[in-house]
Order: sequence, then C-alpha cells, then structure tokens
Amino acid sequence: MTTIQLTARDFKGKIDPDWCPGCGDFGVLNSLQRAAAELGLRPHEIVTVSGIGCSSNLPGYINTYGMHTLHGRSLAFATGVKMANHDLTVIATGGDGDGYGIGGNHFTHTARRNVDLTYVVMNNQIYGLTTGQVSPTSRVGQKTKSTPFGSVEYPLNPLTSAIMNGATYVARGYSGDVRHLTELIKGGIEHQGFALIDIFSPCVTFNLDNTHNFFKERIKKLEDEDHDVTSWAAACEKAMVWGDEIYIGKFYHLEAEKESLTALEPVLRDGPVAKRTGGLTGEQADRIVQRML
Amino acid sequence: MSDGNFDFALAIGGEAGQGIATPGDTLARIVVRRGLNLSTYNAYQSIIRGGHIFLTVRVSDREVRSHGDKLDMLLALNQDTMNRHLRLLGSGAAALYNSDTISPGDYTDGVQLCPLPVNDLTGSQRSGLNQNTVALGAMMHLLGLDFGLLEASITQQFSRKGEDVVNENVRVALAGYTHAQENFTPFPMPMPEGGEPLGVWSGNEALAMGGAAAGVKFYAAYPMSPSTGVLHWMAQNARNLGIMVRQVEDEIGVANMVVGAAHTGARAMCATSGGGFALMTEAIGAAAMMEIPCVFINVQRAGPSTGVPTKTEQGDLWQALGASQGDFERFVVSPKDALDAYNTVPELFNLADRLQCPGIILSDLLISEGRYSISPKEINFHPEIDRGELITEGTSNGEPYMRYRDTASGVSPRAVPGTEGHVHTVATDEHDEDSMLLSDEFTNPHRRRASVEKRARKFEAAASLIAPPEIEGPANAQVTLVGWGSTAGVIQEAIEQLADRGITANQLAVKWLIPLHTDEITAALTSANKFIIVENNYSGQFARYMRSETGLSAYGHIRKYDGEPFAPHHIADGVADLLGREGGVFVPYQEVIV
Repeated sequence: MTTIQLTARDFKGKIDPDWCPGCGDFGVLNSLQRAAAELGLRPHEIVTVSGIGCSSNLPGYINTYGMHTLHGRSLAFATGVKMANHDLTVIATGGDGDGYGIGGNHFTHTARRNVDLTYVVMNNQIYGLTTGQVSPTSRVGQKTKSTPFGSVEYPLNPLTSAIMNGATYVARGYSGDVRHLTELIKGGIEHQGFALIDIFSPCVTFNLDNTHNFFKERIKKLEDEDHDVTSWAAACEKAMVWGDEIYIGKFYHLEAEKESLTALEPVLRDGPVAKRTGGLTGEQADRIVQRML
Repeated sequence: MSDGNFDFALAIGGEAGQGIATPGDTLARIVVRRGLNLSTYNAYQSIIRGGHIFLTVRVSDREVRSHGDKLDMLLALNQDTMNRHLRLLGSGAAALYNSDTISPGDYTDGVQLCPLPVNDLTGSQRSGLNQNTVALGAMMHLLGLDFGLLEASITQQFSRKGEDVVNENVRVALAGYTHAQENFTPFPMPMPEGGEPLGVWSGNEALAMGGAAAGVKFYAAYPMSPSTGVLHWMAQNARNLGIMVRQVEDEIGVANMVVGAAHTGARAMCATSGGGFALMTEAIGAAAMMEIPCVFINVQRAGPSTGVPTKTEQGDLWQALGASQGDFERFVVSPKDALDAYNTVPELFNLADRLQCPGIILSDLLISEGRYSISPKEINFHPEIDRGELITEGTSNGEPYMRYRDTASGVSPRAVPGTEGHVHTVATDEHDEDSMLLSDEFTNPHRRRASVEKRARKFEAAASLIAPPEIEGPANAQVTLVGWGSTAGVIQEAIEQLADRGITANQLAVKWLIPLHTDEITAALTSANKFIIVENNYSGQFARYMRSETGLSAYGHIRKYDGEPFAPHHIADGVADLLGREGGVFVPYQEVIV
C-alpha cells in the first residue's frame, strides 16, 4: 500500500470556523492540523472529541472522526472511545469552563487514570459562548458580566492540578506561536499517557484583560531555560509563576516511569474490544454454568 | 420425585456482621443440588455492622415466583430477631435459637421451640461464632435431610481454608444435628428430591450475564445499591470474557463513557439506581441525538433522593419515561424476573442497534438482589446478535458518506471511528444529514423539522418488533390484575390464592413500557370484567401512564410503598377487599417488620 504524505490542508474540515475574527482558537486549530500531518496520521485514525463552548466547535472544522458532545464531558466520551478502540488516536478539545469548571471531576480522574489521550484546552479565562462570564481561570478582580464589580475568587492552576492528579505530559502553549504549539501537541500525541496542553487562546471579544498583547509581553519559553521536565516540583514552581513573566513550553513529562491505562489494562492485550464481535463462546458459557451450580 | 406439594420457607434473622449469608448460601446450595426451586429475599439496611437483617428462603418442588407468605422455620441469631419475628410463626412451625444468649417470648400454640445450648454442645465458649453452624446441623434433622449433604457442603465451602477448619465446622454441625435428633421433632414432610440439579443466580447476575451473552464489550459503573451486583459480576469476569470494565468517578462519567464506547462500535452498558440514573440522563439524550445505541439499567430502590437505599419500589417509571430534556424516543422495558431480565438484555441491544437509540431497563431491588434457582438449560447463552446497519469495513472509492442520511425508515447506516472513507463528526447539537450543525450560524427550520421527523420515524413500527402483553389465566375472569415488571410472579401466586377463595382472576403483565402496546392493552382490558392495577409505589405511576396512553381507568388499585415487596396474600386480600367495596385504593399492611 502506498502512503501519501498528507499536509495540514488535508485535515481541513468541511466548513470554516465560526469563531470571531482574531480568536485565539484559529491558531490552535492550525497547530492541530499541522501536528496530525507531521506525525503522518490519517483522518480516519483520529477521533477529536469536544464538549460545549466556542472552542468545542473545533471537531467540525478538522477532517477527522469527531464527537461534539455535552458540556464538560469530552474526557468521559474520549475515554470511552479510547478504551473501546485503543488503535485510534484520541484528542479531546475544549475550553477552560468546559474542562476545568463543569468537567473538573473528569479532568481530575482522567489524569489520575493516565488515559492515553491528548487534551487540548483553549484557555481564554472567560466564558465566551455565553457572552462573557467569569471562568475557573479568571484572575481575582476580573470584571465580567457575572462579576461586574470584580471577581473575589481565586483561579485554578490547570498545570499544577494536572501534575498533582497524575498526568504524565503537561505543557502550556500560546495560540499566537503556532510552530511552538504544534511541537507541544505532537509531543502530547506521541506520549503514552494523559497529556494536557493548556493553551493561552485569547478571547478578543469578551476578555479585555488577557489579550494577545498581554501574553506577548510576558511569555518566556521553558526551552530557553534550564528546566528538568522529570521533576514535578520544578514543573509546579514554573507553573506558578504569573506576573511580568509567564512560562510556556513543556513543564512535565514522565514516559517510562508510569504506564498508561492502555498498557496496564490486561483486557486490551488481545486488541481493541470494539473489534471483538459476538457474545459468549461455548467454553465461556460452560465456565459460567459451573460457577452457578 | 415428590408430588408438587412441598412448599417451605425459612428465615434467618440477626444483625449485619453475624454471618447470615453463610448459612443462607449453604442451605441454598443444598436445595438447588436436590433440584428444588428456590426464591430468597433479603431484607437489610444500609449498614455494615449492626441493624437487623432478615433473609427469607423459600423452597418448593414446583416453580416459586415470590418469597411467599408464611414462615415454617425461624433461625434467630440474636434476641432482636426473636422479639420481632417469633409472633409470625403459626402452628407447626419451628424456631431455632442459641439458648446461651437468646430467650423466646410469647408464641403461638403448636410452635416448636428448638433451643440450642451452643457452648455445651460444642465444648467451647465461642457461642457467637458457632451458633450458625450448630443451627445448620439442627435444621438438617428438622428437614429430614441426611447429615452427609451438609458435610459435603461445608467441606466444599471451607476446603480452601484447610483441613482443620473443615473438620472443626463439621464437628460443630454434627453436634447440632445430634442434639436435634435427640430433642426435636422433624417436620412431617421431609424435604423431597427434586429433578436435576439447579444453579443459583441473582437478578443482577442475570442482567450482567445477559450483557455478556449479548456481546457487551464495555461496561462502566459507579457503585450504587441495589445495582452494584452487576458491576461485581462484570469485574469478576472481565478478563475471562474480554470485557472492558471501568469503575468511574461518577454516573455522569459512566454514562458518557458508555456512549463514547458505543459510538466506537462496542456494545456498551451501565447499571445504577435512581440517583445515579438522574445523573446519567443528559447522556441518554446525547445518545438519542447522536443516534448511538447503548443500554442503561436502573435498578429501582425506594426514593425520592437517597430514599431507602436497601428497599424496593417501582417509583422511577416517570423518571425513565422523561429521562433527559427534549422530545425523543427511547425503549423502556421492565423485566418480570431474573430469567426475563437475562433475556431482555440481548433483545434490547438488538432493538437499540437496529433503531440506533438508547434503551432503558427498569429492574428493582426485588429482582436484582433476590437469589433464585435456575436450570442452566433454560438459559440461552447464544442469543441472536443483530448489530443493525453498522459499517465497520472501510472504502476509499470516494462515495460521499452522510452519517444521518434521511432514509425511508429513518435509520442511517452507522460507520464507526477508524473506518476509512467514512470520516464524520457526530454532535449533540441538532444537525443535518451530513452532520453539519443547524444550531449555530443558521437554524434552518425546515432542516430541523426533517431531522426531528427522521429520528421519530425510526420508532413508527417499533411496537411491532416486540411481543405484546397477553392475558394469562382463565378467560372471563371476575377480575384482571394488571402489573408491570417485578410484580408478575407475585400476582400469579395471588391469583392461585384467589381461586381458593372462589374468586377467578387473570393477569395482564406489562413488560415493554416504551413502546407501549396501546391497541393490545386496550383490547384486553375493554373485554375484561374489571381490572385492578397492582404496583409498588404510592401515586400509581403506571396507572397514570396507562390512562394517558389508552384512556382506560382501573376499577381499583393495590399499591405498596413501605419499601418491602408484595407478598401474595397482600394482593389477594386487596382484590377481595376492592371487589367488596366498589373499587378504590387498597394499601396492604406489612406484617414482617425489618
């Protein structure tokens, strides 16, 4: 069989995104398409699973199998897909409200289980599709439609949360740096285990605090520093930095030290369960009867 | 072989942690090995140590379809049991108890008291530990059974713990047996030999096995009484059968994982109780919208809210009928007993696969946690598996694939992820034939109408795919009893009792709730003399549903909502009472207080 090298264009979906002009999510979509092409994947081998929100519309814009599911539930659906057929490359996408707010429980436990999937979160620190309310990653004092006098709640740190919960590949990208982000996503897809790629993806309509300029002035790449990606303490320390300097890059990466759920689950050793057709064999039925008698 | 007259019930009562299950299991094994029929019901509370547990074991040489009305033998493991239940025994019954620690109270004339001085009999001071085994020995004598049967059972049960443990238990049991021979009068009718040896299963095990036979390859759950037995069976058998089993962080995750796995081509199932089912409901709507077949089991318990976690009820009918927002079709089915539950699972999967929709099974604590005898010959381990219009073979011929093609039947061929040439996105948003979203930029009302009608069209002939309910019992009976789900067996026994009282009754047992066989039910009930609806809830959920679908109103209602299941005489008494007073609602009194 001849394999034709696909390009990012081959991963373009049937319709164009309906995001606002200038939305950070365009850069994320672009990076995902490039990552898929550069890894030599083919559209039918990938499933892109999202929740609900502006960024969760992404599966419609990428030429892969897709599931555009319920608000906050992308990781649960994605785990079901991966556990049914682990030959597939499964990518979950969504926003900060979807993943860290309503979906927080699944975020915690998917990281804990080290499910072999790549979670791409377009973190714009605001609820966009509902027209601008506070999110779990909005800063203290941020004024939104639901916090008109400024938020009095502290934000969640997605990176330290993921590391503490057991994720084995934790990175942060910026949608304005597509080349860098593409490499982070490729690393996440190649990683055997749960990979979080949290992405600064500015909402140009509703978040006037965390703008492209805000990030361009502050971001520094971990790759330019002496950073040990196998140290959770070093990763968390860098992840907590928030001020004049904010780090992007690969914070944490454990490859061999902790196996993925796919590797640990004996039931998967004979191949994907979705490809096993039929009910019980005669021998299996006999064994069940023996236990009933 | 006996003549079909042996019908015996014994009860074991004590507190949680006293080991009631062990003598119960030992007796059950002896009974089914003799080929006798068995139905057990365990009344218990949500507690690991303490409280009051009351296990009823009914044995007969004919089919038993409920745990019955009467008690022939009581084993009291503590004083509380004696205080609560000795009064339930009638003349001819026997009560066994450890006389070192328990004293009897008032009792009916003709009850045989069987005190067991456990410490003296065993020559040890471990009365609490030995009382169950001593009592089992004594029971063998009372039931006219050879001690060797118990010895064999104990040997099998304790063989893994070593010879010393086996020998000690046999010695203690023999002490009880010998004491009983010397002091107690056996029941006049010894336990007969039945037919071929039978097996034992619970309704939850039957549901799990039905899934395995149906080809379920993905099972997820969050533990919740009384559904957890399904998870336990699946977890125990996962590796042997190649089934992916996951315990998930909550029922929301459970249900959505199931839909994800089902979309990927695995037959996928989950079980819970009402509270967990509430959390699953959004996923049920998602399965309907994305047209993904999967099965959700709700093992009902007494609600609302946390309710009474260890008690039974048929209170979730309307929850199932209306599970998830929006206007869509789903299957809802309520099996009648454990074997019916087993057979329902593959049947429902075939229907769900053919119509690409969710299916809901309403079991309840009574079916799911009861343990029943079953002949393995009655179990069809290889049911038909019909995956419907499923595409798993890829093509690259360039023919455009539309996931939701608007076909005459409403069913569109379904390609699973990984299939070449069929790449598409499914969405919980409304979508058109090509799975393009209608909800965002352009909410085209004509396309929306077409999508709604396409999904609905799948169900137009759904009722014809399923067997309708039929009247069982004598034609032209004075009264027809209508029930749904787990009441079928106990109603049948009530009908036999009514015949003895000179009242002819028959039954219409409804199993499929959606689709409801409106025409067949209407025909059956309009030709009935009178009909009475029997259900395990307060408000008459089925009565109201049936009236909304058929316009038919019942002559009377028998309802029970105290957490305990119907006994046959509750229904027979209710029918007699209602026939004498121009209908209304009859609420039976629960005699056994547990």
